[in-house]
Amino acid sequence: MVALVTHPSTSLRSAQDGGNLKKPSPLPLSHWERGVKEKNMTTATPIKKGLFNRTAKPYVHPYFGGMVLGIVLFLALFLTGNGLGSSGATSRIVTAAEDAVAPDHVDQTPYLLKLAGGDKNPFDDWIIPVFFGALVGGFSSGMIFGRVKLETTKGPRISNRTRWLVSFLGGVLFLYGARMARGCTSGQALTGGATLSAGSWVVMFAIFGGAYAVAYFVRKLWL
Amino acid sequence: MQFPLPAFMSVSAENPWTYLVFGLVGFAFGFTLEMSGFGDSRKLAAQFYFTEMTVLKVMFTAIVTAMVLLFGAVSLGLLNFNLVWVNETYLASGILGGLIMGVGFIVGGFCPTTSLASASTGKIDGMFFMLGGFFGALLFGETEKYFDYWYTHAGYFGRLTLDQVFGLPVGVVVLLVVFMALFMFWGAEQLERIFGKKDLTKEPKLRLAGAGLLAVAAISVALIGTPSTNAKYDRLTFEREVDGQKVQYTADEMLAERKVQIHPGELLATMADDRLIASVIDVRSEADYNLFHIANSVNVPLTEIKTVVPSLLADQAANKVYVVVSNDEVAATEAWKILVAEAAPNVYILEGGVNNWIAVFGKSEEGIRLLTVSSADVLRYAFNSALGDRYECANPSPLAEWELDFTPKIQLQLKRDKSGGGCG
Repeated sequence: MVALVTHPSTSLRSAQDGGNLKKPSPLPLSHWERGVKEKNMTTATPIKKGLFNRTAKPYVHPYFGGMVLGIVLFLALFLTGNGLGSSGATSRIVTAAEDAVAPDHVDQTPYLLKLAGGDKNPFDDWIIPVFFGALVGGFSSGMIFGRVKLETTKGPRISNRTRWLVSFLGGVLFLYGARMARGCTSGQALTGGATLSAGSWVVMFAIFGGAYAVAYFVRKLWL
Repeated sequence: MQFPLPAFMSVSAENPWTYLVFGLVGFAFGFTLEMSGFGDSRKLAAQFYFTEMTVLKVMFTAIVTAMVLLFGAVSLGLLNFNLVWVNETYLASGILGGLIMGVGFIVGGFCPTTSLASASTGKIDGMFFMLGGFFGALLFGETEKYFDYWYTHAGYFGRLTLDQVFGLPVGVVVLLVVFMALFMFWGAEQLERIFGKKDLTKEPKLRLAGAGLLAVAAISVALIGTPSTNAKYDRLTFEREVDGQKVQYTADEMLAERKVQIHPGELLATMADDRLIASVIDVRSEADYNLFHIANSVNVPLTEIKTVVPSLLADQAANKVYVVVSNDEVAATEAWKILVAEAAPNVYILEGGVNNWIAVFGKSEEGIRLLTVSSADVLRYAFNSALGDRYECANPSPLAEWELDFTPKIQLQLKRDKSGGGCG
């Protein structure tokens, strides 16, 4: 299993964060991390404990991560008939807030009507527990591997503020597009990709196409 | 046992543990994304500058792994694919929405679920992305009314899968997708070598074994093929409440014990019931249909019945009841077998067919004469002219005092989440 870990020196993150990531792990090592520890022994530094500032461990190998994700997706489809998703929950949470403030407005807006019209509860959907489960799951993985830390991940040439601004902007665009396409990278690309939905494959290529088309023009954000 | 499990198919307040099931699915989802490095926007953005292709690798490994397992389970008869949610195809809104998402991806550095993994591990940019996401979803909800028609109709193809598009067996498509993914992984590694200056010799050799395993699994799926309609029919079970007890029946028992043949009176009552949507599917020839048919029925001759299955599966209304109709019951029973085997929900047969319908509601109507016909499933009435549904008994008033004596048999069965699946 040793072979399944990305070597820290090859990941983009560690290249930018310098030696910070090469500290040895303060936690007992899991079976697949022992090999990495041996490789990193040379840069040993005193162990600094703390819930949120522990040494981050390397990410798992992409193919391994993908395989686990694929098994999760399969189990979701196999047991429940539904796949994975999250953007639907964002839309339902917003609609619930609108319904609390202006129920009449919700009843008069066609898209919102379907989610929360009349006495319909917008939270009455499988995607809501998946959304909150994903938050807890992400946090748990971060805790276990020592990656929970208040920080901003960004390219080297922009300030934190710029990063926050474009992050917000990207979120607005992404969710607008996701609601239009009836699903995001999870609900369409992953789930529809695995079930061979023709429309989902089109959406998937459109996402990559859109991103590659403008990547050059926003390279200052990342490179 | 057939998967997916009906009890798991939707969340409901009556079964609070269903929240736990979906919560666990979400937990595993968020955990794997964070573990793969998707909490860090740089790792995601690197995909689009060819320096690190983690996004593509994780995504396509996940897709092909899930796909091979899924269609493997279908091949082995464990999983009824028709009960699995397949995203419907909306070409126009899918393409435009996808392009917008792509721009959001490279500008914001996340996609919605990865922003959850990011925000939950304390990344401030991930939190801003989430916040922006709420605003974007709000904006869409408020502006959708300006292009509602385009949104719901442009390029709509319903439940459409790649095997239908290319006219290939599904197993072959699975195999082709696996080969395409393996080729993409090879290409991605070459790009990482060139643009990311990555030393490929340090990559684990185990990945080659994984690729081989995947290819073998896909070839097996292609060789086994998918179960026929008959095989699916034989595995069906129905649940009915009898004296407060839940009893399981096979499909043949349902037919033999006449639990799905509904009296014309029940069909009329169903059509008149505002809480139910009755969809009458007339499986007779077009000639018979033109002579006479029940009002609002749709003509789908038996030979073409399979073509309507995708649209029945795409229709998510929980209160929809399908009633198949032939002259007697022979053709309707055949149609019923196909529809239920393909997992269409709430399908019933009109007892005695059109002949019985006319016997109940149109005995004395002018222009309709009883014939003496002995062969089965033939129209037993002669009509003065082919008026279709303009005969009075084609559309009998539910308010008239019909003296009918029948046992209602329709029991609504919720086969899937009322909102459907997908990102809903």
